[in-house]
Amino acid sequence: MDGDRAVQVSTEVRQAVAADHPGREKRVVGRAHRKVDAVAKVTGQTRFADDLFLPRMLFAKLLRSPHPHARIVKIDTRKALELEGVKAVLTGEDLPIPFGILPVSQDEHALALDKVRFVGDPVAAVAAVSEEIATQALDLIEVEYEPLEPIASPEEAIAKPEPRIHDYGDRGNFHKLIHLEFGNVEQGFAEADLVVEDCYFYQGSTHLPMEQHAAVAEWSPQGKLTLWSSTQTPHYVHRALSKVLQLPPSRIRVIACPNGGGFGGKSDPFSHEIVAAKLAMVTGRPVKITLTREEVFYCHRGRHPTLMWVKAGVKRDGSVTALHFKSLLDGGAYGSYGVASTYYTGALQTVTYQVPRYKFQGARVFTNKPPCGPKRGHGTPQPRYALEIHLDKIAERLGMDPAELRLRHLVPPHSLTANYLRVGSMGLGECIRKVVEGSGWREKFRKLPYGRGVGLACSSYICGAGLPIYWNNLPQSGVQLKLDRGGGVTVYCGSTEIGQGSDSILAYVTAEVLGIDPFDIAVVTADTDLTPVDLGSYSSRVTLMTGNAAIQAAHKARDLLASAVAQKLDVPPSRLEFAGGRVFDVQDPERGVAFAEAVQLAEAAFGTICTVGSYTPPPAAGRYRGAGVGPSPAYSYSAAVAEVEVDPETGIVRVPTIWIAHDVGQCINPVTVIGQIEGSVYMGLGEALMEEMVYRANRNLVHKIPSMLEYKSPTTLEMCDVVTYLVEDPDPSGPFGAKEVGQGPLLPVPPAIANAVYDAVGVRIDEIPITPEKVLKALKAKAKGDAGRFGPISFPEIPWPDPIRVPPPWEGGDGTAVGDKGRGAGGMRERRTRAGDYAGGEARG
Amino acid sequence: MLRLPSFRYLEPRTLKEALRWKSESGPESMYVAGGTDLYPNMKRRHQEPKVVISLARIRALRPKGRSRKAASGLTLAPMMTLTELVESEGIRESYPVLARAAELISTPILRNMGTLGGNLCLDTRCNYYNQSYEWRKAINFCLKKDGAICWVAPSSPRCWAVNSSDLAPVMVAIGADFLLVGPEGERTVAAADFYQNDGIDYLSKHPGEILAEIRVPPRDGWEATYWKLRRRGSFDFPVLGVAAWVRWEEQKVAEARIVLGAVASQPQPVPEAAAAIIGSRLDDEAIEEAALAAFRPSKPMDNTDFGLAWRKEMTRQFVRGALKELRSKLVE
Ligand SMILES: Cc1cc2nc3c(=O)[nH]c(=O)nc-3n(C[C@H](O)[C@H](O)[C@H](O)COP(=O)(O)OP(=O)(O)OC[C@H]3O[C@@H](n4cnc5c(N)ncnc54)[C@H](O)[C@@H]3O)c2cc1C
Ligand code: SF4
Repeated sequence: MDGDRAVQVSTEVRQAVAADHPGREKRVVGRAHRKVDAVAKVTGQTRFADDLFLPRMLFAKLLRSPHPHARIVKIDTRKALELEGVKAVLTGEDLPIPFGILPVSQDEHALALDKVRFVGDPVAAVAAVSEEIATQALDLIEVEYEPLEPIASPEEAIAKPEPRIHDYGDRGNFHKLIHLEFGNVEQGFAEADLVVEDCYFYQGSTHLPMEQHAAVAEWSPQGKLTLWSSTQTPHYVHRALSKVLQLPPSRIRVIACPNGGGFGGKSDPFSHEIVAAKLAMVTGRPVKITLTREEVFYCHRGRHPTLMWVKAGVKRDGSVTALHFKSLLDGGAYGSYGVASTYYTGALQTVTYQVPRYKFQGARVFTNKPPCGPKRGHGTPQPRYALEIHLDKIAERLGMDPAELRLRHLVPPHSLTANYLRVGSMGLGECIRKVVEGSGWREKFRKLPYGRGVGLACSSYICGAGLPIYWNNLPQSGVQLKLDRGGGVTVYCGSTEIGQGSDSILAYVTAEVLGIDPFDIAVVTADTDLTPVDLGSYSSRVTLMTGNAAIQAAHKARDLLASAVAQKLDVPPSRLEFAGGRVFDVQDPERGVAFAEAVQLAEAAFGTICTVGSYTPPPAAGRYRGAGVGPSPAYSYSAAVAEVEVDPETGIVRVPTIWIAHDVGQCINPVTVIGQIEGSVYMGLGEALMEEMVYRANRNLVHKIPSMLEYKSPTTLEMCDVVTYLVEDPDPSGPFGAKEVGQGPLLPVPPAIANAVYDAVGVRIDEIPITPEKVLKALKAKAKGDAGRFGPISFPEIPWPDPIRVPPPWEGGDGTAVGDKGRGAGGMRERRTRAGDYAGGEARG
Repeated sequence: MLRLPSFRYLEPRTLKEALRWKSESGPESMYVAGGTDLYPNMKRRHQEPKVVISLARIRALRPKGRSRKAASGLTLAPMMTLTELVESEGIRESYPVLARAAELISTPILRNMGTLGGNLCLDTRCNYYNQSYEWRKAINFCLKKDGAICWVAPSSPRCWAVNSSDLAPVMVAIGADFLLVGPEGERTVAAADFYQNDGIDYLSKHPGEILAEIRVPPRDGWEATYWKLRRRGSFDFPVLGVAAWVRWEEQKVAEARIVLGAVASQPQPVPEAAAAIIGSRLDDEAIEEAALAAFRPSKPMDNTDFGLAWRKEMTRQFVRGALKELRSKLVE
């Protein structure tokens, strides 16, 4: 694999970066560095949440519902409490206040209050002196249930408004219904030379982080709660604890331990975190809870299974005249990020190829299964899969090369889309050219022997969401720098290291500005007592937002140091350079001081050197209801070519190689960028070929295979070779021009594989995972003269609300909906709460 | 975390000691070899022994230097790890089919612990059964453990859990014999008779008996191969195994056995398929006939990975593939 790997960074781009920062070559940024936590990780020094042991610690276990949908009639915990070694038992009544990640979906309870909504829903909790005793005690808790009819699928949720899984939502078992129209699509279809319509299905999958969620809680005698947890979002956990436990935030400290992978699965506040905290408060002893792998499947919050319908009108040259997109998301039992996920299935269709008129209808339903939420790519891999296969079909019908079709109609950089997303730098064209060239596309496409094929797909992803999850006008990220008179620097930031390298980014960026070695920087992160708020590791927001905040703080510190050193050297501060651990005169580099001395000079002049930086994204251009999801400071772009081998006898698909190019704006560290790209390809490959969250509808809706062995995800041995091309088209919004890389490169992988399967054996698999069964069925159908296709054939009738009509910018629109002048921006602001209102209020409105 | 429940652990040094301790500990006791099957099962409460008797320290069960090879064949020790089996030069040379099947079992890490004996005594598998206690509670358990109904075949009086050992079908196909040592003495059973088509009572071995030797017949003109179907080549159990064995005489198939793995509670011989190639030179038509003959009776159940129809279809493909491979070896 190594031999195949090519890293190519176009030199024009490098020059462009240099032009952006005249006179200064970057010394840290853009170069390969070890991660700051690498040695600790590989030598086993890193302390994950489950590694923590506190004196007198108790162990907690959760009793979970064996019913998919039932009312709780009675719970009797007496026998469990009598078991020797059991210290406390909790039920829903002990934690009656609801919580949830979004202010609009405060629909979870730490322990079910009156109703359970899926097999695995937590019902009671035990703390005991050992895990074995706690487990034994679970069997002694008697729960009487009155079963309710379960809702197994979106089709059922639509057909059965009763029994309602929740008593809120848009109607019946619809959680959310969205209808947005940007320009008149019917007119667009009338102007088209070709209109193509099809349905697609993207199966649900889960994150599968190596580390199972764990939390340790401690309650101090003076009344302060500390929670260590494997969470991607300590700030939101802090808020949820405050709300449910009715403690002021100042009495709660949340520390996110380094996560052994998250991928979005640790972004919600969870039952087990709140329960551990409450058990510590009740018993006065530290309490640890570590979930089993099966329980991690129940926490889920993974990819929404999504049924989609696409109608696209195109001219003979491939230009789109109108796009109409419908999605139906199977949300599972709770809201989680679902409202945002639903918007995301319709948001980013417009940022790759020009779409002059666009209509989106999205629906999310509740079903009695573990809740879906954000998984790497949050809500966008599904529509991307549909769109990129759809374009492949269109290209074929127009007799155009699919790469050519895309290249001709790219969204121009620095432009506004039909749904008011502000595109900055746009390196997709370069990405396509790289993979076309690298893969030998022109020699292979439609030319390989039967059974082998290539497919192309592209995508784009946000670099952080424009709006925070709860309405506020505060920065999304804050950084504090402390400079020690010995020359050491400490960066404090609320961001959370989940293996993606966010701690390292803080060190690299700060080191770049201050001209010191990144390994001389101490990084303190994700501790609500010590670090300024950062909203968390989700939305691909961390490098861009914490990076910008760190640069700001570092520049402030640098200014202080420069002014003190300037005085000593008697030169203007603008002539000073920070590099190699020194501060010196650029015109006479011999004249200068060591960095530590610079800090001392500044400290003597100004007192203790501490600076801060923060980052707030630019306001969204859209001002219609729903405009809050999609806007981002910048968009990353990817293009991929997959090569496949399909055995027509068995239907088994093998993927030997994927060529992928990613426009990351600017690499902060090319090695970690490549790592993220390969990781994304891995995850996309799993979703494309095998991963499936499936439930037994006939057996109480249990998860069919909640284990690492039977939930099929590729291992290193199933992984394909990856040839990576880094495209650097710096974005003015990014730190040193950097954009995201953690999620975007996943998106083109499944559709590229599907398109390659078509190239190989001539059948369309419009549904992932692309299993051998489906391929063989499609091949057999084709042999019989039927359509060589496997996939959904219809989209159900849904009672859509009236559309919100927003004229696109080129039709004179200003981002507001027709008849809605003067409305504030942002769909996520539908239910407003006061900024800083931690404990209460969110469920209002 | 999913915890192993507490139990008493004994390490006898001799077979006699093991047998005595076993009978003293009664039905709530079990033998363990490498533990790669038993311990995960105990975590899920499939087996709940209060006493676990390890066979690891019994010298008589360990491979003695080299595996014994004689004119009468090869004798293998049950406590040979799968890694030892895979890496043994002698076996790779004379019995490549054994090394091949063993190499296809799980991961290197598991093969370092897992033993040949444990593999041959593997508990049957079913994805209604290989689940935690809490999960099984949600389906009200099943016939195999703690329940009253088989969810795979609700009207059936028996359990259809699948024999998922990769070596078992090979042993049946090549006609191995197993030596069992029990409180009542020793006996030898043919591999084919060691297994029973019942997901609960899948071995004819009594719980107190120890599998003490595996006797493989000499190489006198036969060839065998094993094909395994699974989702991931890295560590999945088989969803179909095809063990094919033929004895070649005067350029023709004189004798043949085709045994399917992972489709029944025992390794499933398909005599119809074997009959189709006897007397042939393994020409395409004969192979096709055998593949079809194996395909017809193959009845996978809904208790492993992949869909039924596809698994059934694959029987044909895999029997065809295995026989073609044998042809290429024999015709040389
Ligand atoms: C993730 C995973 C993947 C696996 N994949 C495969 C696979 O692909 N193919 C496959 O065939 N197997 C597979 N296995 C199953 C199994 O672990 C191995 O087959 C292994 O060889 C079992 O051997 P052991 O020594 O660990 O058995 P143990 O767990 O020690 O024993 C298994 C059973 O056999 C009994 N037993 C063991 N030795 C004797 C003896 N000498 N006499 C009497 N009774 C005995 C024990 O009492 C127990 O009931 C897998 C297991 C896991 C966990
Ligand atoms: S085959 Fe039936 S009885 Fe046997 S384990 Fe599966 S569900 Fe249970």
